[in-house]
Amino acid sequence: MSLAELRRIAVNGVWRQNTSLVQILGLCPLLAVTTNLVNGVMLSLATIIVMALSGAVVASLRNLIPHEIRIPVFVLIVATLVTVVDLVFNANLHRLYLVLGIFIPLITTNCIVLARVEAFANKNPPLQSLLDGVFMGAGMLWTLALLGGLRELVGKGTLLSGIDMVLPGFDPIQVFPADYPGFLLVMLPPGAFIVLGVLIAWKNWIEARAAARRKKPRSAPAADSGSH
Amino acid sequence: MTPPARKPLTAARMAARTALILFLFVSVFTALLAGAYLWTLPSIEAAAAEEKMKLIDEVLPRERYDNELLGDALVLDAAPELGVDEPARILRARKNGRIEALVLEAVAPDGYAGRIRLLLALDAGGRIIGVRVIAHKETPGLGDYIEARKGRGQARPWITQFDGLNPAATDAREWRVKKDGGRFDAMAGATVTPRAVIKAIRKAALFVAANRERILASP
Repeated sequence: MSLAELRRIAVNGVWRQNTSLVQILGLCPLLAVTTNLVNGVMLSLATIIVMALSGAVVASLRNLIPHEIRIPVFVLIVATLVTVVDLVFNANLHRLYLVLGIFIPLITTNCIVLARVEAFANKNPPLQSLLDGVFMGAGMLWTLALLGGLRELVGKGTLLSGIDMVLPGFDPIQVFPADYPGFLLVMLPPGAFIVLGVLIAWKNWIEARAAARRKKPRSAPAADSGSH
Repeated sequence: MTPPARKPLTAARMAARTALILFLFVSVFTALLAGAYLWTLPSIEAAAAEEKMKLIDEVLPRERYDNELLGDALVLDAAPELGVDEPARILRARKNGRIEALVLEAVAPDGYAGRIRLLLALDAGGRIIGVRVIAHKETPGLGDYIEARKGRGQARPWITQFDGLNPAATDAREWRVKKDGGRFDAMAGATVTPRAVIKAIRKAALFVAANRERILASP
């Protein structure tokens, strides 16, 4: 695999085809889980594991899977991997498992997993498919971390609450004074939509600015003609 | 084994072939799933038991018993007095074989926002050792002071008022909030919640007192 290909996969996953900001897929966990940073990050990590493994498995088996029944087989593979991840979380991160609850099994129904398996892993070699899953998941990770972090900060005035469920011994950070009244709207699902909207606008603004800068040198000569 | 010029498959053979492939995939992945389940089962059971023990530690200190508490459960048929739908499980804490305390779950059905689940520890004489709220949906910042962790300027958590009391040996009129003439504090503006909790604790303790012989005697 060439470096250029790796770069393309990475940029696609993390930025250009970002699952949450561009494809707007998988909104169910996005809205429900991102009330704080730790939840967002941990659900994303679980999704990354599932996407990487399902990409690799599907790509390895892609020549054995008849075209007509590929969707049931994909669902079978994804569901198996999700259940395994669910069991491992239950066994080793029990407290967090109780918090994330139904949203780990729901990774199966997160259309982004099936979408990448169908659109990428079904046509590409295992290594590329694995990396595609990792980077698509990484795109989801930073977005959900930002979303969860912003909602937690504005809604509760803390950061990293619940970190002790993942890394015992660590404490949440109280950013605003303890008597910060909180902002309930941000913690509720509508708040997730609003913050997500702000993030999408921010991404579009960055891209628009980059596009304008790229265009400028070319449009400069046109300005000389003074045809306004 | 190269077949001479691939014959187009008939619909029936095609279907059979597809079904067979799908069946193989299902078998392999089901086997994987079963393997993962068996592999994680011991850790999952240990984690669930540990979670339960953490709750129990809050109502009953470990020094008070020396038996395998979770393994010593007495299952009673549906007990409406405890507010639970399923058969009630009463855990018996023993020291040197003698029952020292009982740990049980009770549900207050009439909280401000639905059911409030409680965990109680009673000593052999029926006195309350400790009570904790396990789950509730009361209003955050108003009715949630029944949780031990949400103290807010009180000398001690609200739920510890019950420690050391014996509902079977006290007057029923005492088992009310002060506003209703009883002995328990309550925060102004949120008395539905404590009323429900007080009632549920009393009912559960009276139930244990009424069935004391049965609970202590059965193996």
